[in-house]
Amino acid sequence: MVSKLSKALHARGVQRLALGLGVLLFAVLPVPEFWITQLNYIALYAMVVLGLVLLTGVGGLTSFGQAAFVGIGAYAAAYLSVAAGWSPWLTVFAGLLLTTLCALVLGWITLRMSGHYLPLATIAWGLSLYYLMGNLDALGKYDGIQGIPPLLLGSWDISEGRPFFVLAWGLLLVLVFALQNLLDSRTGRALRALRASAQMAEAMGVNTLRHKVGIFVLAALFASLSGWLLAHSQRIVNPSPFGLKMGIEYLFMGVLGGVGYVWGALAGALSAKLLEDQLQVLLPRWLGGSGSYEVIVFGVVLVLALKYLPDGIWSLVGRWLPAPQRPEDWQGAPALPERAKPVAGETVLEVQGIRKQFGGLVAVKDISFCIGAGHIVGLIGPNGAGKSTTFNLISGVLPLSAGSVRFRGDVVSGLPSRAIARRGMSRTFQHVKMIPELSVLDNVALGAQLRGRCGALASMLRLDRFEERQLLAEAARQLARIGMAETMHTPAGNLAMGPQRLMEIARALCSDPALLLLDEPAAGLRHQEKQALAQVLRQLRSEGVSILLVEHDMDLVMDVSDHIVVMEFGTLLMAGTPAQVQDSPAVRAAYLGVEH
Amino acid sequence: MDASIASILMLDGLTNGAVYALLGLATVLVFSVTRIIFIPQGEFVAYGALTLAMLQAGQVPGTVWLLLAMALMVGFLDAVQAWRQSARLGRALQAAAASTSMPLLLSALGWWAAPQQFPLAVQALLTLAIVTACGPLVYRLAYQSLADASSLVLLIVSVGVHLALTGLGLLFFGAEGFRNPSFWDARMHWGPVLVKGQALIIFLVSLAMIVLLWQFFSRTLRGKALQATAVNRLGARLMGISTTGAGQLTFAMAALIGALSGLLIGPTTTIFYDSGFLIGLKGFVAAVLGGLQSYPLAALGALFVGLVEAFASYWASAFKEMIVFTLVLPILLWRSLASGHSEEH
Repeated sequence: MVSKLSKALHARGVQRLALGLGVLLFAVLPVPEFWITQLNYIALYAMVVLGLVLLTGVGGLTSFGQAAFVGIGAYAAAYLSVAAGWSPWLTVFAGLLLTTLCALVLGWITLRMSGHYLPLATIAWGLSLYYLMGNLDALGKYDGIQGIPPLLLGSWDISEGRPFFVLAWGLLLVLVFALQNLLDSRTGRALRALRASAQMAEAMGVNTLRHKVGIFVLAALFASLSGWLLAHSQRIVNPSPFGLKMGIEYLFMGVLGGVGYVWGALAGALSAKLLEDQLQVLLPRWLGGSGSYEVIVFGVVLVLALKYLPDGIWSLVGRWLPAPQRPEDWQGAPALPERAKPVAGETVLEVQGIRKQFGGLVAVKDISFCIGAGHIVGLIGPNGAGKSTTFNLISGVLPLSAGSVRFRGDVVSGLPSRAIARRGMSRTFQHVKMIPELSVLDNVALGAQLRGRCGALASMLRLDRFEERQLLAEAARQLARIGMAETMHTPAGNLAMGPQRLMEIARALCSDPALLLLDEPAAGLRHQEKQALAQVLRQLRSEGVSILLVEHDMDLVMDVSDHIVVMEFGTLLMAGTPAQVQDSPAVRAAYLGVEH
Repeated sequence: MDASIASILMLDGLTNGAVYALLGLATVLVFSVTRIIFIPQGEFVAYGALTLAMLQAGQVPGTVWLLLAMALMVGFLDAVQAWRQSARLGRALQAAAASTSMPLLLSALGWWAAPQQFPLAVQALLTLAIVTACGPLVYRLAYQSLADASSLVLLIVSVGVHLALTGLGLLFFGAEGFRNPSFWDARMHWGPVLVKGQALIIFLVSLAMIVLLWQFFSRTLRGKALQATAVNRLGARLMGISTTGAGQLTFAMAALIGALSGLLIGPTTTIFYDSGFLIGLKGFVAAVLGGLQSYPLAALGALFVGLVEAFASYWASAFKEMIVFTLVLPILLWRSLASGHSEEH
């Protein structure tokens, strides 16, 4: 009974209900009116910062232009309700639509390039929009637009005081919950992979550009919503709260509160607002004169926070909260459908004269080989022979300079790695690429990315739970297969090197591959783990999976391989059975040198 | 528009463009050596112009106090660091003296020289010295311990430094703007165009600075060490190049270029404590045109930005700033289509 009760209290739904009721309760408590006003501002700020949590904390991108999106939402509300006479309940949609368009264009232009161009573009964009708002006659120039109608529920004005508190905080909580749902889903894993390694994400079938643009748009929409609320509660808009200075302040709030945590947005908005209120009173008193001296403190605090508290205030608070336990609710979930495996005799992979040139250096020169269904091919060679480059060429991570790769009959060279992954080729990396802060189970479930279809919206509304159980069940099954079932709830970053490699194999297996590319899977494994690995490889082979194995552990390679390809200095040295390779003087010379 | 207006606008645009070119070069320099996107570049411009304005008025400029305060902080940090490494008081004091003696000397000099009403050229040199000395201290305080952080973190640090320096600018110089006297009051008629002496000085000094930078990078060991750091930090470190030293040197150069730009632009327009930001960002737009790595493209881009700005102020003066900053979008689009790949970071 007691345990049931405590379980119920820990359930997410109950916690959320309690938070919602807490907001309602706070509104009817006899707290000073001034607090309510301040908290209303904090909710509006936190909404914007929540978008930055998604963009910066999760996706590893940054924007200084969020204030401009707040401005779009606010001006759309102001203009349409004042000049065009729209109902305030409709202006929000126009604002969101306009914001989407702007964010799409901006994101599409900047997100193809390396990370620092987006923040630069948002700085320029924030400035441009500020000057545009301040100079357009239709928008009232720097005076802005006055007389914006309030939000009415029937004849009840809910755009100020306590009713607005309930509206703003209610909306904020809804956004917080939606974001939490999103992060704990198939799409959420893909988003977290963006920052960890775009290359790995692509190899797991994630379209990284689409996801980056997606979170940029979503963050902009959060900001735009805040602008809509702001316009109808202030009843007046002018350009000043939408300038670059405010855009920087939003980022400041995020960094201060902890941009890696959803609740960090609230912590940041709250502490920045309180700090600002205090400083605006104290600083002019100390320094004499008037002016926004608080930016000095903001700047210094920002630098100090990045140095001494890089995870923000919430990282201190979060330490005291119980770690959320993932309920193992996937037992009995129906298995995911599997692809038709290659039948015996089918040529799974056909590599034809592939070549890779980096400037004047030919890293891989005219390599050709084939892999049949249910075969394990070992790719060996001394360090620097071009094995990993060959891997990257086959899996589409690097573009070919010449030659072709056919996979299950189709030419796949020239396709992006995610398209190749979709056809059933899955890989591990020589240097483990994972999402260290997520659990082992979540990391492995990322491998099943292409076997699910639920998108961001379904995840936010929790309509993805059935599929999610299937994906997690598959991840748990693959982990059990390689003997890592006990560690599934451990954060992946806490694993030792060997288990990290095994986890990558489980992740690759989760994609139900027809061909598995393993880059040094046994490095860092103990003897017994190696034997277990060999057992798994043999079992996979018997199921019809083909494997290309780059490995330095000769016992393992000779033990499991059906066929071996030897490379040296980017060229093919020889190919043959393990016995032939072991007997070859040329191979021995390549590894050990020649006797003179 | 007739030819004379066009030529006036051209001259105006190119004059401003020459200053943006200097700032664009500084941006490229800082980014390539340290991976820092140096947003506060423009603050040095305002500090340069306003420090001179204060000296002109016979007052001790706030930058002198800033230099003093930062020097004391850096001295303390360096002493603590040396103490931790060697646990010897002598070492700690030595380290503090090494990093602070020059800035302390300069701030004392500034304090003494301010009321003396020295000639303009002397005051200009003093301004350059004071602001340049601030550069390495800013690096030491804000960036040095984070030098290996991601460029995203460094960018956010830059924004923090920008906020702090702008606020300090307000504190030091007040909200009022200043316009400095010209270094050369001559006016020359070249055909239909009236050329002011100050414009000529801007061109010549910018050109000289660019040539100097070029010589520095191609002829001197220190310049080559900076280049090596830009190409590969770890490799440079293994070759015995101090990346910390490279960072501080780079920031000294950035501050020097900023202050110089401030002196150049100060007589042509009224400078407020926060004017530097927009001026610096225009240099930035130029640097983005050069992909934050090409000096010649950044310089050309700067002239282009200056021209666009001049003509925009004629046709649509209210939208001048908007047009200049929106320019970044087509530039980025062009770059993204030209390069077309994203890199792993």
